[in-house]
Amino acid sequence: MTPILSVRALEKTFGAVVAARDITVDVPPQQTIGVIGANGAGKTTFINMITGHLRPTKGSIRFEDRDITGRPSREITRLGISRSFQVAQVFPSLTLFENMCAAAAVAQASDGARMFRPLRSPATMRQAEESIELFRVAHYRHTRASTLPQGVRKLLDIAMAVVGTPRILLLDEPTSGISIEEKFDLMDVVMSALKSRRLTVLFVEHDMEIVARFADRVLAFYDGTIIADGPPAQALADARVQSLISGTKPLRPEAHA
Amino acid sequence: MSRGDLLGGLAFLLAAAVAPLLPAWLVSLATIAFANALVVLGLIILWRAGLVPFGQALFYATGAYCVALLARYAGVRDVFLMIIAGAVSAGVIAWIIGFLLARYRDIFFAMLSLAMSMILYGVLVKTEALGSTDGFHVEAGTFLGYRGEMLDLALFWLVLGTCAIAALLVSIYLRTLAGALAIPVRDNEIRVEYLGVSVNRLIHIKLVISGILAGIGGALAALVVEHVDPSMAYWTTSGGFVFVTILAGSGSVAGAFVASLVFELVRSIAVNLLPGTWQLILGSVLLLTILFVPEGLSSVWQRFRRQEKAL
Repeated sequence: MTPILSVRALEKTFGAVVAARDITVDVPPQQTIGVIGANGAGKTTFINMITGHLRPTKGSIRFEDRDITGRPSREITRLGISRSFQVAQVFPSLTLFENMCAAAAVAQASDGARMFRPLRSPATMRQAEESIELFRVAHYRHTRASTLPQGVRKLLDIAMAVVGTPRILLLDEPTSGISIEEKFDLMDVVMSALKSRRLTVLFVEHDMEIVARFADRVLAFYDGTIIADGPPAQALADARVQSLISGTKPLRPEAHA
Repeated sequence: MSRGDLLGGLAFLLAAAVAPLLPAWLVSLATIAFANALVVLGLIILWRAGLVPFGQALFYATGAYCVALLARYAGVRDVFLMIIAGAVSAGVIAWIIGFLLARYRDIFFAMLSLAMSMILYGVLVKTEALGSTDGFHVEAGTFLGYRGEMLDLALFWLVLGTCAIAALLVSIYLRTLAGALAIPVRDNEIRVEYLGVSVNRLIHIKLVISGILAGIGGALAALVVEHVDPSMAYWTTSGGFVFVTILAGSGSVAGAFVASLVFELVRSIAVNLLPGTWQLILGSVLLLTILFVPEGLSSVWQRFRRQEKAL
């Protein structure tokens, strides 16, 4: 199958620090990919380069038939690559419903002229309502985003990223800041909402149980590059992944014996 | 049109209807107050997006001098042409400097706009042809050829009519996507960009609209006062507009007009009571406003209604 996203020899350096090097990945459509790695392994840098937040030092990123390397983030969003954030990026002084309306209205205003149409049109409000139902946050419809519980705020952040019907969605640690008991529920809501949209999803995650359960494929990052790439059963069983990332097994058991 | 737009329209009609019955000093005070309210309306648009320019007098003076120069050198006298000229000249200036200003936020935005206005002030003061520090006289305008006895009332009605149209257009703009994204821009620029909208472009549009409004305000002020001078571009003039904006609050369009009227009334009362130290009273009013109605006068009547929709 032709990949929807194709990353070639991507590299990012900040002065002497190499944050990403030699990243090469092909992503087929509708795959759900779990991105794992310790803090500082380059996961977020990888996501930031795809979404245009950071300009790669070297390498190329192709989305469908387009080279999107180094393009501004709003242009990449318009093309169909959307993202959520590790710290939920919402509009704190608006209610959850108003947040969704703003996102839906922007999604429907594909050209400049539509920026001068009323924000609260029946179409945007309907789309906002649909997303609220889909992500099961109707209970909080009229709560200001600044006072939403953390989990609901994360869901809102993801819902706002999805309302523009992107083709690729990048989730940067969707379960960070969420208690262990709530993590699976949150991922269940997110994944079932996304399933209906036939999206290609990349999610960064530290909890290996969640990765094993929700990912079709795992990308394991270490020291700025990918050290394992494959189905969860295979990638999570990799000796280097187990010693360097999941911490389930030391690399050289004899050294600790 | 919303219910608020209709109420606002009625208020303007009422003001126009009672004007002939009011004392002349009050009509002239209201005329200048409403002309200045247009500048404040522009500031409210920017403030909703979290931006406070300390140099809005740049556009005010541009509109005023444009009118004065047209009258002096081109013999243009028609007030409607002059308003359009004031709007276009200030709008073009705002569009040009907007490419730079729209990239800055917070104090940097405020100071850069202040710097721009002080450049104009310097130019006006140093240019003999523009009347230098004294400025120059502006010939009284004509209304499609009419120039009769009731010129003061005609000017008041002109200002009211212009304000009514501007208020309606701004109220519509605030409900469009470009206008309503002001609070999202203030709240979280990253999310706005990741929805696929250029924040700088949204701010640039707001700058042009606020520049046009300030230009019209300046044009009207020049017609009312029949004189222009460099103090119209000075930073204290900009500061005065920010003062009235704080008094008004960012919550409504009507607030600009009410606050501007209250400001002029307080100022004229203060000047009568304490001719030497009237600023003391004005300063106290600002202090009390910030302490007791931090969201401005428009929050006062909104407290009696159900909570205003933010979008």
